[in-house]
Amino acid sequence: MTQVAATTVLEVAALEVDYDGVRALQGVSLRAERGTITALVGANGAGKTTLLRAISGIVRPQSGSIVFCGRRIDRDQPHAIVRGGIAHVPEGRRVFATATVRDNLLLGAYVLRDPSERERRLEAALAMFPRLRERYEQRASTLSGGEAQMLAIARGTMSAPTVLMLDEPSLGIAPNLIATIYAGIRRIAESGTTVLLVEQNVRDALQLADRAYVLQTGRVVMEGKARDLLGDPLVQKAFLGL
Amino acid sequence: MDVGPLPQLVVSGILTGLLFALISVGLTLIFGVMDVVNFAHGEFLMLAMYATFGATLIGINPILAVPVVAIVMFFLGAVVYRVLIRRLLAGPPSAVVFGTFGLLVFLQGAAQYLFTSDYRSIPNLPFQGTLHFGAVNLGEAQLVAGLGALLMTALVFAFVEYTEPGRALRALSEDRVAAQLMGIDVQGMNALAFGLGIACVGAAGALLMLTYQAYPRIGTEFALTAFVVVALGGFGSVQGALVGALLVGLVEVLGGFYISPALKMIPVYLLYLLVVLVRPQGLLGRR
Repeated sequence: MTQVAATTVLEVAALEVDYDGVRALQGVSLRAERGTITALVGANGAGKTTLLRAISGIVRPQSGSIVFCGRRIDRDQPHAIVRGGIAHVPEGRRVFATATVRDNLLLGAYVLRDPSERERRLEAALAMFPRLRERYEQRASTLSGGEAQMLAIARGTMSAPTVLMLDEPSLGIAPNLIATIYAGIRRIAESGTTVLLVEQNVRDALQLADRAYVLQTGRVVMEGKARDLLGDPLVQKAFLGL
Repeated sequence: MDVGPLPQLVVSGILTGLLFALISVGLTLIFGVMDVVNFAHGEFLMLAMYATFGATLIGINPILAVPVVAIVMFFLGAVVYRVLIRRLLAGPPSAVVFGTFGLLVFLQGAAQYLFTSDYRSIPNLPFQGTLHFGAVNLGEAQLVAGLGALLMTALVFAFVEYTEPGRALRALSEDRVAAQLMGIDVQGMNALAFGLGIACVGAAGALLMLTYQAYPRIGTEFALTAFVVVALGGFGSVQGALVGALLVGLVEVLGGFYISPALKMIPVYLLYLLVVLVRPQGLLGRR
């Protein structure tokens, strides 16, 4: 058996999605390779969140295709997509505020049936963000914004996903916690999980990612190695204020 | 100090409240998980009462009939969800209102046609004795019905609070999209919640047969109170339904004694108006 250098885990092709009566995505194509971090950057309203929602089945595409591990998933129900191996940490964290940290994490492992596998995931999640261990029996509503984001990411890893999609993990987080959160994301990728990262914080995202796509009003306007995009004059002018 | 009949009234109010609680927990569970106000809730109570009556006719012990009827009603609820409610949810919000109201009219009409409007009660009713605790006299049947309702409410509460599907139900009622992103199947969980809600009202109907008679329109009587309880306690809150039900039970019994049995619901609605004026979301409601 020959080893292929890069394996495409997720491939989106010519995706068109309407959102609130507006065409939010106009023929978007992208691919994510196994074990890498792919960043999706762009201004507010560029369609980044809509793309993630389409991949996880929350919104239905008008046309185009989404292929995950060689199988089309663009007509699947959201719960089937999670079961298949795509986890989505939504914008605004959306942790279950009245449930404890523990219950939030266990809900993340809802699709896992093997109790020992759950235990392993739980240990790994708590090792990634030790702060959550201190808050284990507290309701999620008592967490700070940064802690809630850690919980949302940890919850996303609980289903042992093949692909983890993160929507604006640094939004509204105290600067000293952003580094912790980014270190967690790097660790998730190093463990072999493919990460799809949506960010408005373009500089940090491009420094963390392997590849990146720049979205503008529903289209991919630029793509390439994250490092190259970081040095691109257009990107610097549009997003980095240089 | 002579407190007169007060202890008697308080105990009686609590026992009544426990039955209201069971009916209301079912209503609030369905609302909390899928935002459906089940206008036909009382009709499921009525069906359960007839089912219990039928079960005793073929010789099943009325107490044994309670779990049997609750289980049958669970499956009936899940089927009604799959066949009717699921389709209503795909339509505009008013579809659910008119759909469940239509179900009320249909079930009441069907009962009228099939069972006539005669009052039916269990033959050879058990628990006809009276227990004396100091100044408090309690009908055995009333006590059994109240404790049965408490047990069933506790079971449902434990299910929602401490089991895996219960955790999923709570997640759904808090944030439907986030719950879907956890891999929770909304349709399956909605069917479970509807089944559970109907099992609650079913168990309450079976227990009510110990002290009440069945007739086609009895559901409306109890459902109206259950709606007040749920609005009072906070829509979607199981604990709220419990608190609201005990309050309503107490106020109803005390009002019935100190004012007039014919006017017993007036203090209940006054209390309801007062609470929703001050706290529109209900006592323990969110938002």
